[in-house]
Amino acid sequence: MAQSPRPSSNPTNVFAPWNDPNAKPLIQFKNVTKRFGDFTAVDDLTIDIYEREFFALLGPSGCGKTTLMRMLAGFESPTEGSILLGGQDIVPVPPNKRPVNMMFQSYALFPHLTVWDNIAFGLRRDGLGKDAINDRVKEMLRLTRLDKFAKRKPHQISGGQRQRVALARSLAKAPKLLLLDEPLGALDKKLRNETQFELMDIQEKTGTTFVIVTHDQEEAMTVASRVAVMDHGKMVQVDTPAGIYEAPNSVYVADFIGDVNLIEGNAKVEGNTVTIHFAECAAPITAVCERPIADGQRVSYAIRPEKISVNREPLDDRANHVKGKIEDIGYLGNVSTYHVRLPSGELVSALMTNSRRLARRDFTWEDEVWLSWTDTAGVVLTE
Amino acid sequence: MKKLSWFNLTTLTLGFAFLYIPMIVLIVYSFNGGRLVTVWAGFSTKWYGTLFHNEAFLDAAWVTIRVAVATATLATILGTLAGYVLVRGGRFWGRTLFSGMAYAPLVMPDVILGLSLLLLFKVMFGSMGMTTIILAHTTFAMCYVSVVVSSRLLSFDKSLEEAASDLGATPFDTFMSVTLPIIFPAVLSGWLLAFTLSLDDLVIASFVTGPGATTLPIKIYSAVRLGVSPEINALSTIMIGIVTVGVLTASLLNKRKVVQRLKDEKAAN
Repeated sequence: MAQSPRPSSNPTNVFAPWNDPNAKPLIQFKNVTKRFGDFTAVDDLTIDIYEREFFALLGPSGCGKTTLMRMLAGFESPTEGSILLGGQDIVPVPPNKRPVNMMFQSYALFPHLTVWDNIAFGLRRDGLGKDAINDRVKEMLRLTRLDKFAKRKPHQISGGQRQRVALARSLAKAPKLLLLDEPLGALDKKLRNETQFELMDIQEKTGTTFVIVTHDQEEAMTVASRVAVMDHGKMVQVDTPAGIYEAPNSVYVADFIGDVNLIEGNAKVEGNTVTIHFAECAAPITAVCERPIADGQRVSYAIRPEKISVNREPLDDRANHVKGKIEDIGYLGNVSTYHVRLPSGELVSALMTNSRRLARRDFTWEDEVWLSWTDTAGVVLTE
Repeated sequence: MKKLSWFNLTTLTLGFAFLYIPMIVLIVYSFNGGRLVTVWAGFSTKWYGTLFHNEAFLDAAWVTIRVAVATATLATILGTLAGYVLVRGGRFWGRTLFSGMAYAPLVMPDVILGLSLLLLFKVMFGSMGMTTIILAHTTFAMCYVSVVVSSRLLSFDKSLEEAASDLGATPFDTFMSVTLPIIFPAVLSGWLLAFTLSLDDLVIASFVTGPGATTLPIKIYSAVRLGVSPEINALSTIMIGIVTVGVLTASLLNKRKVVQRLKDEKAAN
């Protein structure tokens, strides 16, 4: 897999065209605004998406992610700004003339046509010959493992199969860009996990650029090469899944993606080290911060539960230690979440792997424990 | 099965009696052997025999059927298009006016509609005939079709049309290859509705009819004015029979399809 779009161990091989100043973007949003009456769905948005990317738009409902996708498909046109595809303005191009295909949330399979005819629908509109259509449909059926169901109608197959028909139909025309609107929303959790990996597989095999809309952060993190976290029509942060998770740029992103402990306090800056005083009686938190922070500024310190370790004694090699009392334990089998109350009143959650059997567990409710973490484990946020 | 209370049973019986006793009386008397309509004189099917030798009735029936088929077809085409524009056209200029005007003939008194059409056709064609009846019937029947079709389109998943357009279909192609096949049952019931409306219309037809274009309702009405003959009872019974068979067949076919679909879905999941 020499040209795998996924980050590999070889650093020269990392797929990151967004860091390459010479890379030409496939899609460019330039100051795009979309208003519906008084409501601004997309607010002065500028973003480049590159070829072969798996780009996820993530956000709560009403954040503008679906509108953004519908503008790419051509079902909505921007109120202001322009959208370029391969350098050409596509705003005036109607949806049926765009080299863009979409997989709908409801799948939108044609109920009166067989699986075969559903997949062939777009190819027939391209004026391809009969043999070419047959070959392409067969190829798509093989890719999505639907060979046996070609003659069935959509209501005669299961939900997971319907989802694959929708994918096959939207990929059949070999679009430059495939849009996926909550593609896995209707599947149960197990099937969803399997399908996520299938999607990534198909994306790699076909080399198509995928843009996916989802409100499921786990899904976005799993499949995407870059994730855009959206809120109120703006992209709050655009970064790789690891970047979004480990280095959120705002409280909103930190809180939206995964679990996080947020501790507010006043910053004291010494070089690139920041100490955060969050309570009278507690020792300050020490953190390394690359961002410029003013002395005495009010900041939020964000730290993920799995970065904190729970022990009987403070760990000496960590920069931060606080003492607390276990208030609650959430046992999830492989891991346990400990809710620890600090003397200053904050409730901090910490995640520990259950490397020992439950009977040999070290702590229980009401135990006094030490929480320890390093100075690079958390992020200092100013918003 | 839940047992019905006395109150429910009584209202049900009274309701059905109210609806069907006139028709039952009519059917029973069509088998009356005597000449007088109101006096029972033994069972006989002779009026059915004489009916089939009555040229005037048969001609009228033939005219009526031709008018009804032409009306239903025209009204279905126009009504479907109107319904489609009303639901899918978005907020175009004058939409409220258009929808109001499309539905107005539903509540317009037949007499006024008939009179105004009479005046219009007098100016346009001068003489009346089958064409004018077809045009007049189409005018009011298409409103019913557009109501049926637009209510179906309201529950139609719009993303199906978007998917078709996304896959490269032009708007016309989308309508013909996706929308129409899916809403076809509604279009068909619109056609049947228009057909029956045209079949039993007396008021409008009598305004715009002309020589050689006597429809069955007009014929029956004028015959009744000379006294109800048992022949008319026989004719009406046949019409009731045709309608009953048609409705039963349609609902049976529909039910079988639904059952089959449910079975398929169960098998798939």
